[in-house]
Amino acid sequence: MRQTPLHDEHVALNGRMVDFAGWRMPIQYPTGIPQEHLAVRQDAGMFDVSHMGQLRVLGPDGAPFLSWATLNDPAKLRPAQGQYSMLQNDRGGLIDDLYVYRDVDESFLVVANAANVDAVLGHLQSLAAAPTPGPFRVVVRDESDAWALLAVQGPSAAAKVDRLADADLTSVRKNRLVDTTLSGMPVRLARTGYTGEDGFELFCRPVDAAALWRLLLEAGVTPCGLGARDTLRLEAGFPLFGHELDDRSNPLCTPFAWVVKDKPAFGLEALRAGGCPRRLVGLVLEGRGIARDGYRVLDEAGGDIGRVTSGTVSPLTRTSIALAWVDAAHADEGARIAVEIRGQPVAATVTPPPFYRP
Amino acid sequence: MKIPQELRFAASHEWATEPADGIVTVGISDFAQDQLGDVVFVELPDVGRSLAAGEAAAVVESVKTASDIYAPLAGEVVEVNGALLDAPEAINTDAYGEGWLFRLRVTDAAAWGGLLDADAYAAVAEEG
Repeated sequence: MRQTPLHDEHVALNGRMVDFAGWRMPIQYPTGIPQEHLAVRQDAGMFDVSHMGQLRVLGPDGAPFLSWATLNDPAKLRPAQGQYSMLQNDRGGLIDDLYVYRDVDESFLVVANAANVDAVLGHLQSLAAAPTPGPFRVVVRDESDAWALLAVQGPSAAAKVDRLADADLTSVRKNRLVDTTLSGMPVRLARTGYTGEDGFELFCRPVDAAALWRLLLEAGVTPCGLGARDTLRLEAGFPLFGHELDDRSNPLCTPFAWVVKDKPAFGLEALRAGGCPRRLVGLVLEGRGIARDGYRVLDEAGGDIGRVTSGTVSPLTRTSIALAWVDAAHADEGARIAVEIRGQPVAATVTPPPFYRP
Repeated sequence: MKIPQELRFAASHEWATEPADGIVTVGISDFAQDQLGDVVFVELPDVGRSLAAGEAAAVVESVKTASDIYAPLAGEVVEVNGALLDAPEAINTDAYGEGWLFRLRVTDAAAWGGLLDADAYAAVAEEG
């Protein structure tokens, strides 16, 4: 198992360490998942996300290459801007979902899920070298070891980071990047996140990660584990690759269809030809119990119409919420369906995410 | 990890008080609540239901997982802790007190002596 540069900090805080995508990561601290979740919704929390991968795409064809390789349109990014995107295969599905930042004109930073770094790297390299429509004048390399990554999220997060930063961050809008220093340590701040809250993702040198973590701890930012990260992203209605999205998921059949831009792209025809026999929907359950990954979704007659991909109980509202792929006939807002929890159907209503808006 | 000396335990991590007028109170151990993590829902048995020893009686659901809770002794459910429906976190904060689950009128009060004592349970918890 690999360890992030913050491993000893997590252990010192009595974080409960688990194996996740090849890494030892804290699932929670003694604070507990609901309290960590509420800290992010009401104040500020921080997450070690150094396990995520960073790939560099460098060269004069960076923009046209990533425009071909991904579903959003990185060619539209100006320097110091980022966008959520997806990496598609040519069989009507996905390889990963991504964040793509353009740091300077001919350099892009692609942030991929930890479990998919090798697949994303291999795919991008082979697409770059392919004779049609390439080869593209780009180099794609794995820079994951060069970066530690902290996410600082919550309504007070930006102000807390701003007080520590040497640049004025108030002008750094959503999806923008800025290079600055915190207590003399160089950081790249992106106004992005995975919780639905305002905040920054802080790229730094691995050697500085522990000092920055402690600086934020002193500033009153609550350490949060992967457990709260999952409940927060689910409440915000964001997908998690490996749950909502996989190599057979058509993003056009999800609430994230907006990612897919109308321009030539690898595999796009397969996505368009695929149609949507099932759709990814949000569910709000009426009864007790958590609709967990893999549970069956039923119509009112008890027929099998889909599968839950993620579920939790919102620590804010105590409502049981879930994301699920269901037959298109039952995917409209307000549709009455059920989730089978331990053999019993629990009534649910199709409800477009997000389940919470700050 | 707290293991009160006056309680007896099942290897499946439930505790039971010594029978008083044939009634025992049942909950889950501090070790069990710690393993489960933050409890968000509880399903309790119906009052009047007859349970065999080892029969699934309740469900404690945390953010991480849903776990069946088994009757440590045979008996009839005479009371349930309805406060847990609104405040299930009591299982985390006070596993041996406010976090109790249900009370049983046991079929055989002597069977309580056959459960694990605190030392024997500590050994079970140590192994996970």
